[in-house]
Amino acid sequence: MIVARNLTKAYGGVRAVRDVSLTIPRGGVTSIIGPNGAGKSTLLGLLSRLQTATSGSVHVDELDVAKAPSDVLARRLSILRQDNHLVARLTVRDLVAFGRFPHSRGRLTGEDQRRITEAIRYLDLEALSDRFLDEMSGGQRQRAFVAMVLCQDTDYVLLDEPLNNLDMRYAAGMMKLVRRIADDLGKTFILVLHDINFASIYSDNIVAMRDGVVIRQGPPGEILQGAVLREIFGIDIPVHEIDGRRIGLYYF
Amino acid sequence: MLLGLAAISAVACLAFMTVGAKGPWSFVLPFRGAKLAAMILVAYAIAVSTVLFQTVTANRILTPAIMGLDTLYILVQTFLVFVIGSSRTVAISPSVLFLVQAVAMIGFSVMLYAWLFSGRTQSLHLVMLVGLVLGVLFRSLSSLMHRIMAPNEFVVLQDRLFANFNTIDSKVLAVAALAVLAASTLGWRKLRTFDVLLLGRDSAIALGVDYKATVSLVLIIVAILVSVSTALVGPTTFFGLLVASLAHRFTNPERHALLLPMAVLLAILLLVGGQIILERIFAFDTALSIIIEFAGGIAFILLVLRSPSR
Repeated sequence: MIVARNLTKAYGGVRAVRDVSLTIPRGGVTSIIGPNGAGKSTLLGLLSRLQTATSGSVHVDELDVAKAPSDVLARRLSILRQDNHLVARLTVRDLVAFGRFPHSRGRLTGEDQRRITEAIRYLDLEALSDRFLDEMSGGQRQRAFVAMVLCQDTDYVLLDEPLNNLDMRYAAGMMKLVRRIADDLGKTFILVLHDINFASIYSDNIVAMRDGVVIRQGPPGEILQGAVLREIFGIDIPVHEIDGRRIGLYYF
Repeated sequence: MLLGLAAISAVACLAFMTVGAKGPWSFVLPFRGAKLAAMILVAYAIAVSTVLFQTVTANRILTPAIMGLDTLYILVQTFLVFVIGSSRTVAISPSVLFLVQAVAMIGFSVMLYAWLFSGRTQSLHLVMLVGLVLGVLFRSLSSLMHRIMAPNEFVVLQDRLFANFNTIDSKVLAVAALAVLAASTLGWRKLRTFDVLLLGRDSAIALGVDYKATVSLVLIIVAILVSVSTALVGPTTFFGLLVASLAHRFTNPERHALLLPMAVLLAILLLVGGQIILERIFAFDTALSIIIEFAGGIAFILLVLRSPSR
């Protein structure tokens, strides 16, 4: 369980996250949605200790994120941020192997190698595993970074816009993979998503933000309502039920 | 690759010790040995400090020179000549001068890091920016003094501001070696952690690296290495950039356990090779840094032109 209490993050005079208190249950998939600049990525940064809160606290199970040793947290919680540009020239396999660092401090064991191969297979990167990242497309690179994070094998996995740069096939594949890992291995996923329909179909729980504040939290059925979406995004989005899933048609 | 380079460097060192020896061996070997030791020490310090600095800043075109250490060296030298005159500056014992220089530079860096890096901002870029601005200040102060200095004094001073391996005091060398050794032991056990820093700040923290402590450690190691090498022979900034770029190009995968030895060997090869050319071809008519920067500059431009655009 991740518990945030009265979290505030201010950049100069601007408060990107304002007094957010939030409980994210253990297990399942939680999606954070909201318009640009709502504070979604900042919230994820605060939950994962990559950013320091101006005030407030975050607990991951019994660990206080601000005080717990970084390496202990790295075995409990992993995070992938939005833009990951690299100066180093690495192959896919080299990158994924870094996911094992919290466990083996860089000395890879046979078990580590097995998990690296497994993560590469999960993300359908076997054919590319010896390619250099700077010679790959944005979508392929995105999958390589997700493989690294999965390889870290933590109870909590935080992904900031994991569908960035992915085509339809891989976007749907990524969400199915997240769902499968959450169901089979009992891991907890927290995703920042832009597409409300992916959030609707694949999450157990949706957190909606606007102007640095969490305005709604609940199962997809509660959030995917015309009135609620209007409150979040400020536009009218007709919602239809297709095969028992709620889909918002925001294209026109 | 690494072994081949090690062999070539060894041959260069051997050539440096023996080629063109006219005097008795009992004089030639210790005389050249001290010079060679100084070159290896400086090569090591410059190569390691530049590679590590580029790792923590995640930038392949920066060198520790941006922190203003070289200009501080120039300022201290200029100040000495300006205030007490060139004749008395030349008379100062080299050990004392070395200590003054090294302590000034290490003290300056540690203060800068401690002040900026422990504050709320914790921004490495802010540290670099302040270093850069202070560097400009030091340079301006020096050049003000250069302008109002007697021309004869200035000539003496100018000579001291080029990297120079011809006048190395063996006691100074021992102290420098000790400092470099101490700095290296600080970092030795962290080589694999440095690899993770190559992924950038966010990924490094996500993978459980104590980012602040590791970066501070690297900056302190860099400060010691740069200070020692600059105090020993003078500024050699461009050289580090060249060596680090070459090492990155030749190393795959980019792990510090391979990267650092590669950079050090390249540095030794360049320094010793340059010194042989200086002594045997130009007969000491020029300065080593001029030769290295001439050859290195050409190599560097070729490298930039030929590398695939990132």
